[in-house]
Amino acid sequence: MHNSGISIWFFIGISLLVNGILIVGSGVWEVIHPPANPVVLFQLHANVWWGAVLLLCGLTYCIRYAPGRQN
Amino acid sequence: MMPAIAMYGASRLVHLSAVDVVIIAFYFALVLAIGFYLRGRANTGEDFFMAGREMTAWIAGLSFLSANLGSLELMGWAGSAYQYGILATHWYWIGAIPAMLFLGIVMMPFYYISKTHSVPGYLKLRFGESSRTLSSVCFAFMTVLMSGINMYSMALVMKVVLGWDINFSIWVSSLTVAVYVALGGLRSAIFNEVLQFILIWAGALLIPILGLVEAGGWSNLKLQIAQNASAEYTHLWGTLGTFTGNPMGIHWTGIVFGLGFVISFGYWTTDFLVVQRVLAAKDMRSAKMAPIIGAAFKMMVPFIVILPGLLGLAVLPTKLVGETAAVATGGHSYNEVLPLMLARYCGPGLLGLGITALIAGFMSGMAGNVSAFTTVWTYDIYRALINKNASDQHYVSMGRWCTVVGVLISVGTAYFVMQFASIMDYVQQLFSFFIAPLFGTVILGMLWKRATGPGGFWGLLAGTLSSIGMWAWVKVDPSALRYVALSPNARAMAENMYRGLWSWVICVLVTVVVSYLTKPKLESELVGLVYGATAIPSEAEVPWYERPAFWALAVGIVFVVLNIIFW
Repeated sequence: MHNSGISIWFFIGISLLVNGILIVGSGVWEVIHPPANPVVLFQLHANVWWGAVLLLCGLTYCIRYAPGRQN
Repeated sequence: MMPAIAMYGASRLVHLSAVDVVIIAFYFALVLAIGFYLRGRANTGEDFFMAGREMTAWIAGLSFLSANLGSLELMGWAGSAYQYGILATHWYWIGAIPAMLFLGIVMMPFYYISKTHSVPGYLKLRFGESSRTLSSVCFAFMTVLMSGINMYSMALVMKVVLGWDINFSIWVSSLTVAVYVALGGLRSAIFNEVLQFILIWAGALLIPILGLVEAGGWSNLKLQIAQNASAEYTHLWGTLGTFTGNPMGIHWTGIVFGLGFVISFGYWTTDFLVVQRVLAAKDMRSAKMAPIIGAAFKMMVPFIVILPGLLGLAVLPTKLVGETAAVATGGHSYNEVLPLMLARYCGPGLLGLGITALIAGFMSGMAGNVSAFTTVWTYDIYRALINKNASDQHYVSMGRWCTVVGVLISVGTAYFVMQFASIMDYVQQLFSFFIAPLFGTVILGMLWKRATGPGGFWGLLAGTLSSIGMWAWVKVDPSALRYVALSPNARAMAENMYRGLWSWVICVLVTVVVSYLTKPKLESELVGLVYGATAIPSEAEVPWYERPAFWALAVGIVFVVLNIIFW
């Protein structure tokens, strides 16, 4: 799966990275501009830390399984 | 159901922000990109229908599980957990884990050594053409119905949660699946299923985490459920001593023998939808490890499906009701508990990811059904009965067209399914009609050399017809429930479990009797197909910690411990 073409794990990395960036960005925006009707447990800022987890996982997979890189 | 949809259309649970829409659109773009990228690697029948048989154990295992993580898993079982409590977990643990381990350790060698491309294909090798035809026609019928259920569920969710038009949801998702499966075949379906598996966890995992924070931990959650519903809702086995002592109206014998044995083993070991993913493994060890890896993850799925349903019992301010009552009162139904919890905790961005998780679940289930239907139609119906001598290229072309046609039939089925009151019960009925007897036929074929071709065919036919007959009997005369399900208090799910059990017993009995009345096959004809006539490759050279049996034992121990903890 890794030796011929792009690995599935690279696609997954791309997905997590893009989603992580968008979610972290959205979370930071909400921290700066708190919404009028916040979700339950808004004070935990789940979108910031969960987005960061996705971003880091995605970045790791993108680097580890980048096309052309030998695994 | 249509009035329900019309009514829900008047309001929506959540409003998506721009970033949510971007996340959902990116998901669709990525799955289509994977399909286009893989279209050049699906030129032969082996590539298109079997993904080149080059999947690693991890990819095959995650795909094996993801194909099952359809709409019913995410929405239906969360709703069932709200309705029946932790008893719904049985469908993930005893209703899956033993069967998945059995598939990996006992049955995969025969599937893999026989080099069959499908479960009906194995029946052809073991019992002959008539058994294959019967099972492939039943499977194709069941598969398009299941696919229609997936579409219906997805469209309903999108209608309820986002206010999207039901036709828009059905056509956009189904055409997306049709494009990426038709282009890249099984390899594309598997790639996307692994991606969908990751997204489902990424999008759904926050709900139980934040829910437990709000509820104050598991102990406080149990106390709140005892106050709002009943203490029975948090016991896995303790309330199953009687039919009336638990919310599901089922006895432990129904769970153990009906669900844990017949229904579960039938689904996980003979349903080609899931078995196809394991047949694509690159070697025997990967084929054996894939279901074991799938079982390990399957044990964790209740955390993102069942727990949100239980949390809904504790923290949601309004009480959810059945579909009929929801329509009558304008309230929310059980099946909406997951999106309600999603809307409760997830703000912009996370909401888009959660919705993407739901869509991914729907699409992985749909793609699983479509790719399995395509293979069975092309190899076991079209090539076997209609056009036996066409070129490999012709069958690949047939597979691509069949993918599109299968999706279109599923769309029609989705509209048909809307007429049924209960999604879950309907699916259970389908399972017990076809899957339970099929398990009887396959397991006797693999483990009993004396089973003959006529025995396999007549056993399968008798089991299937008896299951349909019992269902019709209870429909016509509801008092027959006391015979079929052993109690007049049994509810729909309990009835399905017992009907599956009886149809399996009838299948086995008829197979045994007819086999003894007919001429046995020569041992030489059974090589590679039956236990005792097949040389299983030795694992003596493999370190103990890399052997499938070791990991199966480890998963089995965790399974037992979990059942004791939540007894």
